[in-house]
Parts: sequence; C-alpha cells; structure tokens
Amino acid sequence: MTDKLSILGWTCPRPLQNYPTIVMGHGAGGKMMADLIEHLFAPAFDNEWLKQMGDATALKLPDGKAAFTTDSFVVSPLFFPGGNIGELAVYGTVNDLAMRGAKPLFLSAGFILEEGLPMETLGNVVTAMAAACDKAGAKIVTGDTKVVQRGHGDGLYINTSGIGVIPAGVDIGPANACSGDALLVSGTMGDHGISIMSVREGLTFETEIKSDSAPLYGLVEKMMLAGKIHCLRDATRGGLATVLNELAGSSNVGIEFDERKVPIRPEVNAACEMLGLDPLYIANEGKLVAIVPEDSAEEILSAMHEHEFGMDAAIIGRVVSEHRSLVTAKTSIGGMRVVDVPAGELLPRIC
Amino acid sequence: MKYLDEYRDAGLTRKLLADAQNIISRPWTLMEVCGGQTHSIIKSGLDQLLPPEITLVHGPGCPVCVTPLEQVDKAIALASLPDVIFTSYGDMLRVPGSTRDLFAVKAAGGDVRIVYSPLDTLKIARDNPGKTVVFFAIGFETTAPANAMAVVQAKAQGLTNFVVLASHVTVPAAIAALMDSPDVQVDGFLAAGHVCTVMGFWEYEPLVKKYNVPIVVTGFEPVDLLRGILKCIRQLEAGTHTVENAYERSVSRMGNKPAQAVIQKVFEMTDRAWRGIGVIPMSGYRLRPEFAAFDAELRFPELQAIETKESPLCISGLVLQGRRKPGECPAFGTECTPQMPLGATMVSSEGACAAYYRYGRYSFPSPRAAPTKGERVMKRIGVRFDDR
Repeated sequence: MTDKLSILGWTCPRPLQNYPTIVMGHGAGGKMMADLIEHLFAPAFDNEWLKQMGDATALKLPDGKAAFTTDSFVVSPLFFPGGNIGELAVYGTVNDLAMRGAKPLFLSAGFILEEGLPMETLGNVVTAMAAACDKAGAKIVTGDTKVVQRGHGDGLYINTSGIGVIPAGVDIGPANACSGDALLVSGTMGDHGISIMSVREGLTFETEIKSDSAPLYGLVEKMMLAGKIHCLRDATRGGLATVLNELAGSSNVGIEFDERKVPIRPEVNAACEMLGLDPLYIANEGKLVAIVPEDSAEEILSAMHEHEFGMDAAIIGRVVSEHRSLVTAKTSIGGMRVVDVPAGELLPRIC
Repeated sequence: MKYLDEYRDAGLTRKLLADAQNIISRPWTLMEVCGGQTHSIIKSGLDQLLPPEITLVHGPGCPVCVTPLEQVDKAIALASLPDVIFTSYGDMLRVPGSTRDLFAVKAAGGDVRIVYSPLDTLKIARDNPGKTVVFFAIGFETTAPANAMAVVQAKAQGLTNFVVLASHVTVPAAIAALMDSPDVQVDGFLAAGHVCTVMGFWEYEPLVKKYNVPIVVTGFEPVDLLRGILKCIRQLEAGTHTVENAYERSVSRMGNKPAQAVIQKVFEMTDRAWRGIGVIPMSGYRLRPEFAAFDAELRFPELQAIETKESPLCISGLVLQGRRKPGECPAFGTECTPQMPLGATMVSSEGACAAYYRYGRYSFPSPRAAPTKGERVMKRIGVRFDDR
C-alpha cells in the first residue's frame, strides 16, 4: 500500500496534471476544486452514497444502536514503513467504532492540504485510503477539502468521522470492567511508534520495524462470537500503559499485569532500550486491549489466535478490587511497580 | 533480549537476594549515586525485595536535576532569542526554570529542538548559517566526551554559529562533598557504572582511604545492582573499604582513555553550583580558554544579568544528598507532580521524586478513599503523618 503510485492511473488525469502541486485555488470552491473532487476523490472513493454529491449525504442505517466517532491525523512523515497517513485515517476511526463493538459503515473525510503538496503524494494517500476502506468494509460518503498557505501545515492533515452500528445485545464500554476479569492484548506492543520514530530520527535497525496499522473490526467480530467482552480499547497514543490507566479510572477498578507476558518484538525492545523509552507507552495502530470475564478468556484468546491481527494475542493480567484507578505491573525480577500515565511528550533519556 | 534478559532474571535475582540475606547482620545505608540506578531500582521493584536491613538512599547523580537553576534560566533566555536555535537533550525541556520551562519557550515561538547527540547540532548549525545554534552541554562525565567532541569538530569545521552553554558536573567531587557533610549518613556507595565506563575507577581510590567507605562500581540492571549491593554489604560486614568493580563487562580501572583525552582537551575543572545543593569546589567542567569562541556565556554577555527564583516548597537538594526521601516532601504528589513539577527531581527520567511518583505507589487503596499521594508514600517509607 505504500508503493509509490503514479497519478497517470486515474480516469482523466489531464486537469490535475496541469497542477503537479496543490495551489490555493484547489480549496477556493471553484473549477479547480471541482476538478480535484471529480478526478481524484470521487473515482477513488466511488460508491452510491458519495454520488449523491449534496451538501449532506442521506444514509439509511441498519437497526441497532449507532456509534459515532471522530479523529484527526497529523502524522509526519506521511509515508512510513508499514503504512501511511491515509491508512491511519481510515483504520483509526473504524477501530474506534470497533472498540464499542460497532461494525463500521460510513466515514467522512476532511482534508487540510498545504499549498505546495505534490499532487502525486495526495494521490497516493487517497488511493491508500480507498484500499483501506475496502479492507475495513466501510465507505467514505462525504468529505471536505481546505487548502492552507505554505508553511501553515505539515503537508496534509486528515480528519475522519465514522458511523457504525452496534448489534443488539452488545454492550462494550470502558466502564464495564469487573474485579476478576482477564486482561488481554491482541499482539506485540510499540511497533507503530517505533516505526515512525525510526524514520523521523533516521535510525536504522537490522530488521525494519513496520507499523502495525490494521483494521480491527474483523478481529472484534470473532472475539464477540467466542464470548462476552466487557471493555475494548485500541492502544494508540500513549500505548498500553495509558489505555490501562484510562480503563482502571473509568471502571474504578485496579489492574494488574505481568510485564513478562506483554508481547514485544525484540527489535522494538532493543530500540526502546537504546532510546531510553518504555515500550508500554509507545503507540500502536492495529492492536487492542480487551477486558473479558475470566471464564470466557481462553475461548476468546483462541478465537484471536485464529485471526491474522490476533496471532500474537496473550492474556497478560487481571482486574482487581484493590488499588482502584491504579495500574500495577509485576516486574521481570518478581517485584511490583506502579504503571503511571506519561506526564506529556515522551522524552528520550540523557544518558 | 540478549545482554539484557540475563540481567533481569528472576531466578538469579532470588539467589543474590538470598546471598545478601545470609551475610547481613545489621542495618546498612547505601547510596546509589546515579539517578539511572534509582529508576531501575524502583521500576524493577528491587527496593521491596531487598533484606529489610538495607536502606538505599538516592544520590545526586541525575544530570538534569543538579543543573543549576541559573543555567536553566540562561537556557530559557537564549532559547527565547529570535535568531537562536536552541538544542538540548530531551530531558531538559520540562525542567522548571524560575518562571517557565523550555517547552513553554517552544510554544511561544522559540526554536527549541531535541537532539540525541550533540554532533547532530553541528549539522543544524551548518544548515542554518544565519542563526546561532546553542547546545545545552549538561551532564556528568558520561555526556562530556560527546559534548567535547562537538566543540572539537565545530572548531575543525570552522563553524562560527555554534556555541555551547556548558554546565558539566563530576562525580568524585560530589561524593567527597557528601562525605564532608555532617548530615549525610552513608555506609557505602554504589558508584555510577556509566561514569566509570568513561573515567575508570582509579579516582575513587583516594576517597575510600580518606572516608573509610566502600565504593562499588555498579551497573543499572537489577542483577547488576544486586551484585553491587552484595559486594558492598560483604565489605561492610567484614569492615573493609576498598573500590570494587561489579560492572566488569563495561568498566576498567583506567576507563576510556580517548574519551578522557577529548574531555581534557576541551574542558578544565571549575567550581560548580549544583541545583539544590550549592557550590561544590572543583566539581565541574568549563570550556578551556582556547575554546572561548564556543562559549555561549561569552557570546551572549547579557546572560550574566539573570536573577533566579527557586520554589520555596521544593526540597530536591535534600533528596539529592540522600537526606530526605521524596515522600517526605509535603508537596510530593500534591503541589508537585511530573505534570506540574516544582523541582527538577520530579521531571527527569533519572530524578528520584519522579521515580517514586511513577513506580512507587503500588500497594495503596483508591486515591478517593485514601490520604494524599505524599502521605501514602510517607506511610510506606515509615514516616508517620504527625511527624511532619
């Protein structure tokens, strides 16, 4: 998906080829903007709802509770090993829906483009978004484009909102954790953050560390069939540690886990050791944390192992009634420690 | 991970703990000098596993914590200048100055950049000939060689827009100052393994003779720390006091000669103020006169007019001398948290207060039902609330 594509592949590239880069006119609401929509966005995201081309899109939702979410994407660089901003913008939002058990259906896409952004880059991002939508089973049904002056943006920002439907009987939410529940993660922690950092800082490792960017509803669907789920969270910004703290706070429970059971790739661990970072705080884009009743944990784990995005899933800990709102970890030498939320930006250690 | 997992091994840890328990006959107080060791101890939970006779007190070896407020304020003043690109190790950005920190300067439009190596700063200087690029050269003997090398290379490359704000400190002078202080009761030292990797440990030999304390060069992983503690306890129980090396895989007696040579070439010894502690004679490095062209304080003489103002609540100086534990500070966890630090010890990934706050609040009931975080830690370390 990260392969460089040529804009020559589109239905009628001529009007866009006249402008190899984004100019202010592409956001001015006139002919140039219409060209951008007609020759880039519309063919890439093509679907019956988008074709309505109204100020708003009329949708008919299946029965059930609707879930609605939004997220903005400002990643730099735009392309990185294992993904790109377009994929993230789709998967980030569909995953937020999936974490309530909602099947993602419809997305909006708002683009803020910086004057001077190569048209080819935008084309590659949009193509990646279209492919990501196919993979996630969601449709982009409405959108918006704005252009800001050069120097006022980082190339390209994307906001996506998403609507999904929660099947009857499903109640997954951050306040549902109960004492005794089991704590699961769907795979290795920290891949995305370290991938981005390695590109940004120009660090190279023997093995390339790829982002784990992936849509998770398929996995969630399998898990829901295998047993009851109390809480789901995708462990994005702030990583596993931050998500666990949020869950402990929302459910007013304590959470305990064993550091040694958390799956972490050796190369991610090595990079973290070198940079003075803790993999528990590093972002993921295709991993979830699940809290489930103890008696269904093993079945849910087996179901996860059968899915391509849950092959490394593991039970790492449990929910306890002690130290409410606090997360603790059993350390590698058998000690205990608090796992706190980071104060702000992760800072590399001095020496 | 190879070379790490074996030093975090639960079985080996248990064996070393049993060895320590078997030989110990009475209470001993050890100081781990380096903040990196403090964090490793608290993060691994080693402090809870040690025999109760052993008390660990945390030393002054956090480079971020001891960098004097005056230098932090100078950094903030420099970073605020329009034609300056200010570069620093990441840890320093959240350290509170008298009125704000470097993050606040960045948010207000200052060009503040985190670098992993001071040599990265030289590239920034080459790429920005119209700007003056200032590097915040702080730290112990560990960071000094790379910082010195940046100055040497800048001179060789004829860079005129690169200067350093130097605030280097050295370990042996701090150990001597602690032992000279009547309030400090330390039976033995765990010397900082990384500092000794650069400097060797011959410098500590006069100290053990003068002060009759064992000094054991110690690494940073739990098993490294336990081996250092065990060697120290053995000496204390036997009544000996020598320098021992428990970090053999990294440290030799004479250390890294080329690294020492570049320090010598660029820096000379000077009296240096340590934040919260005061001026320790001949405890720091400053640029030699032949490198004066790279001295930010000479390039920007207006820096000398800076007035500093330290938080009246913060007791980080006492914490850095091992005279107080973080939880004994009434501001700990209340007025002072990693989000709103009053002192540098609450900021750095090597600061003792930050270590206690992040990892050390483990066995207490819900914050809603309990006293303040400070009081909970005080309870844990045995200070009664009415003792305050």
